[in-house]
Amino acid sequence: MSVVAERTVASQARPPRRHYLNVNYGVRSWLLTVDHKRIALLYLVSITLFFFLGGAAAVLFRLELLTPRADLFEAETYNKLFTLHGLVMIFFFLIPSIPAVLGNFLVPLMIGARDLAFPKLNLLSWYVFIIGGLFTLTAAIMGGVDTGWTFYTPYSSTYSNSYVALTVTGAFITGFSSILTGLNFIVTIHKMRAPGMTWLRLPLFIWSHYATSLIMVLGTPVLAISLVLVALERLFQLGIFDPRLGGDPVLFQHLFWFYSHPAVYIMILPAMGVVSEIVPCFSRKRIFGYTFIAFSSIAIAVLGFFVWGHHLFVSSQSVYAGLVFSFLSMLVAIPSAIKVFNWTATLYKGSIVYRTPLFYALGFIGLFTIGGLTGIFVATLPIDVHVHDTYFIVAHFHYIMVGGAIMGYLGGLHFWWPKITGRLYPEGWARFSALIIFVGFNLTFFPQFILGYLGMPRRYAAYPDEFQVLNVMSSAGASILGIGYLIPLIYFFWSMRYGPYAGANPWDARGLEWTTASPPPTDNFEYKPQVSQSAYAYDEEQKVG
Amino acid sequence: MFEDLPLFPVRASTFAGQVDTLYFFLVAMATFFVVLIFGTVIFFTAKYRRRSATERPPPIHLDMRLEILWTIIPLILVMISFGWGASLFVHMSQAPEDALELRAVGRQWMWKLQHPSGAREINQMHVPVGKPVKVILASEDVVHSFYVPAFRIKMDVVPGRYTATWFEATREGEFHLFCAEYCGTQHSGMIGRVVAMKPVDYQRWLTSQASEEPIAVSGERLFQQLRCESCHQTTSNEKGPTLTGLFGRRVKLESGESVLADEAYIRESILNPHNQIVAGYRPIMPTYQGQISEDALHQIIVYLRTLGRAPEEKNPS
Amino acid sequence: MAEIHGTAALAHQFDDPEQQVEASTLGMWTFLATEILFFGGMFVAYIVYRMSYPQAFAAASHHLDIILGTINTGVLIGSSLTMVLAVYSAQMGRRRGQILFLAATLVLGLIFLSIKGVEYQHKFHEHLVPGAGFQFIDADPRHAAIFFSLYFAMTGMHAFHMVIGAGLIIWMARRAWRGEFSPAYYTPVEMLGLYWHFVDVVWIFLFPLLYLIGRH
Repeated sequence: MSVVAERTVASQARPPRRHYLNVNYGVRSWLLTVDHKRIALLYLVSITLFFFLGGAAAVLFRLELLTPRADLFEAETYNKLFTLHGLVMIFFFLIPSIPAVLGNFLVPLMIGARDLAFPKLNLLSWYVFIIGGLFTLTAAIMGGVDTGWTFYTPYSSTYSNSYVALTVTGAFITGFSSILTGLNFIVTIHKMRAPGMTWLRLPLFIWSHYATSLIMVLGTPVLAISLVLVALERLFQLGIFDPRLGGDPVLFQHLFWFYSHPAVYIMILPAMGVVSEIVPCFSRKRIFGYTFIAFSSIAIAVLGFFVWGHHLFVSSQSVYAGLVFSFLSMLVAIPSAIKVFNWTATLYKGSIVYRTPLFYALGFIGLFTIGGLTGIFVATLPIDVHVHDTYFIVAHFHYIMVGGAIMGYLGGLHFWWPKITGRLYPEGWARFSALIIFVGFNLTFFPQFILGYLGMPRRYAAYPDEFQVLNVMSSAGASILGIGYLIPLIYFFWSMRYGPYAGANPWDARGLEWTTASPPPTDNFEYKPQVSQSAYAYDEEQKVG
Repeated sequence: MFEDLPLFPVRASTFAGQVDTLYFFLVAMATFFVVLIFGTVIFFTAKYRRRSATERPPPIHLDMRLEILWTIIPLILVMISFGWGASLFVHMSQAPEDALELRAVGRQWMWKLQHPSGAREINQMHVPVGKPVKVILASEDVVHSFYVPAFRIKMDVVPGRYTATWFEATREGEFHLFCAEYCGTQHSGMIGRVVAMKPVDYQRWLTSQASEEPIAVSGERLFQQLRCESCHQTTSNEKGPTLTGLFGRRVKLESGESVLADEAYIRESILNPHNQIVAGYRPIMPTYQGQISEDALHQIIVYLRTLGRAPEEKNPS
Repeated sequence: MAEIHGTAALAHQFDDPEQQVEASTLGMWTFLATEILFFGGMFVAYIVYRMSYPQAFAAASHHLDIILGTINTGVLIGSSLTMVLAVYSAQMGRRRGQILFLAATLVLGLIFLSIKGVEYQHKFHEHLVPGAGFQFIDADPRHAAIFFSLYFAMTGMHAFHMVIGAGLIIWMARRAWRGEFSPAYYTPVEMLGLYWHFVDVVWIFLFPLLYLIGRH
């Protein structure tokens, strides 16, 4: 079967009569589902809503930043806007995104299982996510929180006059959603692989989700307890972080970043897994360096737990600690570099097919490289002394989170859309919006590197006049980026009704998920798959036992 | 419009040039790799575009040498960056002994500066060019951060402890002072300027300020008012260790460890005397917690420094 | 009494009972790992402050009732024993034994919680609850207050986990009464056992750290 062109012959590609979407109807069948595929879609809808909420906050504060004076919003409102943006984007969009949508949908399919190990826990994790989200939204509507998503003490625990306790409770609850998802993935990947699916035959998407799950499970509880302590301090005037009561504000920073640094690897590893699936498919060849990419995911997860102090270089942390954390932070960059080189090498002497998922994957490779390299900058101690808490840092993490993770997410959404819905998205519009996103993204965030080194601090509503031109460029880029994100929303909806039928394997990809119908039946496979091929066997026909 | 578009901050301290050189090394390295990756990806994607529907790419096998190469080379490069950065950072963490000491207090949402002569400023800091200046930092409320981009220095200002940073200005001028740790509503208003002047102009400026008692003199006055001498006399007795020559010395504690008698140690000793008992003494010193302001604490510390200073051991503090 | 053999209820996502047991076990161990990290955060905070203010922490610790604490430790270890016997009974298919030992575990757990409640009440009367009414004269009250903040947070979180455990025991005893478990299928009891032992182990660490500072 060759790679299909834009339009598929409808009759060959019709979906099966009964599949997971039409097996039953009604709100109850969705809200009480235990089918991992339906739960993935519940997450898809929820995180999309949160994404546009967080994006709206960004549009508003980028409008403020068009002028040097704080003249559009009150300072307190501005502070609440960037806090909302950070909280929503990190806890309610990025951390769930790929794992809860694509991971939930694909992990059982890719390993040949009927569902995850604990389907009811999976549904519970979505409800926990929604409840946590409602707490946070309630706090936002009641007036919001102005501490920054980092909740540094004693500002958050004592001084702020905003809804801190309610918001941290929301974040605390949502953390359990992450823990349950991670737990489910770990057990599923260990115990429910189809016969013949050995560890070294697993798709790299699975390896990266396994590594992500390790972090989710071990890191999130530490954030949970840190937030509990902040809430207790706030409600009962305990003195754990308040120096006036003998507490140590920097202890909070250590506890907070012990989770929040590994959290950034939760946000990027799944996207790397997506890229590892897309590049071999559209190069029509096996991935270069499979074992290296697999083990580098684990290395990133492990090393990622030992570098949190690089957020505390100027916090009054000792010089010795600074040296240790700088050294370890340098090391954690290496596995990521290995992946970038291996993906690039996969393209060499490939037979490259131009499709939107590949464009997103290539965009990821380029922009993640920039973001990751600037990580070396900030791991270098004297550079960080200068750029810490400036727009340089903002640019660094947005290159990775948006240029990397979100492009990975969009690439994956496009790649597996036919499997999820049975329909093809419109390729022309998809390429167009990918281009808009790429241009808008760079225009928004590249000037911020310059602004940061110039010295513009972050979380400033007003700034010295000489920073205006770069801010205007950044805000202009943000408006383009926003439009870029709206277009897929429209055509994805359109495709569910009017898109051509995709068939089981429109990309002629390898992987167990492509051996079953699009959309798949509720139990995923007609017959239990028997695996005898390694992953990415693009030089062979797909074998299903 | 583009004359107003600065792309690079001014260099106004001895650190700035060194930090920038390291930065340019990193920019060059990053540019090299970005061009390499972007270029290779675009080149491969164009050159190896699928030409026919039945085209089959040749099998490519794992090349261990390549994997090792592109692991080792990045490792070497990041280690260079680490080492270079580490040595510059250690240098930036050790203020020279003869540095002029200024005191900066951050509070929502202003900076209060004080010179040893007693002169005070708000949101402004006059400094002499060509002399090392150490800034002792304290906070009255939340965490702030003292940031002067032109000097490439930044240090958080943490309530409940002292932090410090130092620099040596290399040119006259006015430079931004920013608070760089989000501290509440008017965080973006907590800005000021550093005014660097020729030393002789700085002296002239100092004398022109409203006459204030030098900090050390206020400290001595407080020392007597609070009856510290009743236990801490010029020679040690059973009641309390002598404070003459204490500053900068290593002190042996009851617990066996030895600590450096710096500003933070003295502050702790006054506020929490029972935490670090000096070897051979009993815990009889009362705490002054709640009875002494941060300003007063600082004044006593500055006074104690004048009581003879032991040569400070070289270690990063 | 006739042994009632439960059915090995095989959930649809599993291929065979062994897979189900292994998945449940790995799942519970993974969950316990998250709990270690959760409590670990508080332990780190405690250790940091104890090293910074050893004197105040020792003085504060001496206000804890070491007798009640020791009794509680014995009670909890005893409850782990009864829990082991409950799991063993399930493994042997003894329905009466399961219910009896689960009930005994529950009773011991409730005794623990009652004694804890008595201790908390004492602290309240002695003005040792951090907040507005806190009074302490033996050392720096601010740092003693941190000890008590962490004491309440850590033992409170532990007690909360015990309450959840108690609820799970009641549920499990009901299922045992209905004959759901047998030598072929007793995984839920085993998993509950793991959870209960973990709660016990957390207390084994809490007790010496909080109650036994400087008591030779």
